[in-house]
Amino acid sequence: MKKLSLFLGCIIPNRYPGIEKATYLCLEKLGIDCSDLPGASCCPAPGVFRSFDKSTWLALASRNIVLSEELERDVLTICNGCYGSLIDANNELKENAALKKSTNTHLEKIGKKYNGSADVRHIVELLYDEFGPEKIKEMVTTPLNLRVALHYGCHLVKPSKERQLGSVERPMFFDELVESTGAESVDYPDKMACCGAGGGVRSALLEKSLEMANHKFSRIQDAGVDCIVNACPFCHLQLDGGQAEVKEKFGLEYNIPVLHYTQLLGLAFGFSPEELGIDLNVIKNDEFLAKLKELAEN
Amino acid sequence: MHIKNKINNPLVKTMSEPDVLKTLQDASLDVLTCMQCGTCSGSCPSGRYTSLNTRRIIRKARKNSDMLHDDDLWMCATCYNCQERCPRGIKIVDAILMIRTIAVHEGIMLPAHRKISELVLKHGHAVPINDATKEKRKDLGLEELPETVHKYPEALADVKKLLESCGFDKLVVKKQE
Repeated sequence: MKKLSLFLGCIIPNRYPGIEKATYLCLEKLGIDCSDLPGASCCPAPGVFRSFDKSTWLALASRNIVLSEELERDVLTICNGCYGSLIDANNELKENAALKKSTNTHLEKIGKKYNGSADVRHIVELLYDEFGPEKIKEMVTTPLNLRVALHYGCHLVKPSKERQLGSVERPMFFDELVESTGAESVDYPDKMACCGAGGGVRSALLEKSLEMANHKFSRIQDAGVDCIVNACPFCHLQLDGGQAEVKEKFGLEYNIPVLHYTQLLGLAFGFSPEELGIDLNVIKNDEFLAKLKELAEN
Repeated sequence: MHIKNKINNPLVKTMSEPDVLKTLQDASLDVLTCMQCGTCSGSCPSGRYTSLNTRRIIRKARKNSDMLHDDDLWMCATCYNCQERCPRGIKIVDAILMIRTIAVHEGIMLPAHRKISELVLKHGHAVPINDATKEKRKDLGLEELPETVHKYPEALADVKKLLESCGFDKLVVKKQE
């Protein structure tokens, strides 16, 4: 496995730093050589900036990739949006010489050059590919007896032509990683449905976006789970903060804890909810925290 | 062709109007192969709650009728269900994103999206840090500012230079006359 640099994006360092901390702890525990990526910016967000102006999208995305090229490392993302934006931009620039040339004319002005020597990874596909569920299972010190509603998030697997991660209707690789922690990934209707946040919908049409999230909450509640697990901070924000907004706007209360996969894995590696920033979520569920404490003591 | 018909024919565009269909065709987004089966609309999670009718957007694109002012354009959450399931293999989301690009270049942009763009222009982040998160970072034992443009002013200056080079600053303030 090539050495990596950690691309933080916007929402993780600036809203959910617990996920950042959980990622550092997990990477260390797994012995993955991953450095910081100083000076990185917004990826930029695929659903909005990519649709506003392609040259801007490519210029900013390529700058982030170039920062990692300069370190001779691949880019590690922990967000589906950052992953989608950076891998799509990287593929386009690698394949299209004219785009590469025009993008480099912009980069020249800041003394940078895109070469196409780095790959873009997402932590979930990286862990599945480079470690695999069995190896991770062997490293688990605190098996998690939890029922989990897994939310893949759209841009981890789609568009499939760019991702090549198998079925988009019933993927299994992420479920296997969840189950390697000892948890059960519970099937539920519309599991692959969108959280409703992407494409600029959450920012411009909040209520409509929350109706989509509410649909997921109702399905997940019916499935009877301990928590939701995702691998994207924008889904995380929509699923965690969104529950408070749904309560305020529609008067519906769910109170389902939401974890990024690195937080779930961190628990299975024996770190406390406080070390992983799980207590910093909008949703505070004491029953869940008590259950985690019980699991840690056994 | 009778002159009147020619004028009414939406496929014949005037010089000042953007030719959406041609732009899509040039980018290999072949909406003309659409058979209007409705798989896209049936697969759309947004369409359950909004007026978004993907089949109608593609129909309008096929006819090259005005869709730049269609609010539905902004209701797509880019989940890609329609694109994955389209029996004709049309890259529907890519087409919607391209129609948005044309709209934005015509000065049509939702106020919330203009605001996010301004945040990137100013901070290099679409979601910049706030005081509450700085506190959370300290509680976790992390540095107050992350290893991003937030911590490195020279990196932020580079990002601003790039945005200017691409003309993004001017694009964001452009409003339809």
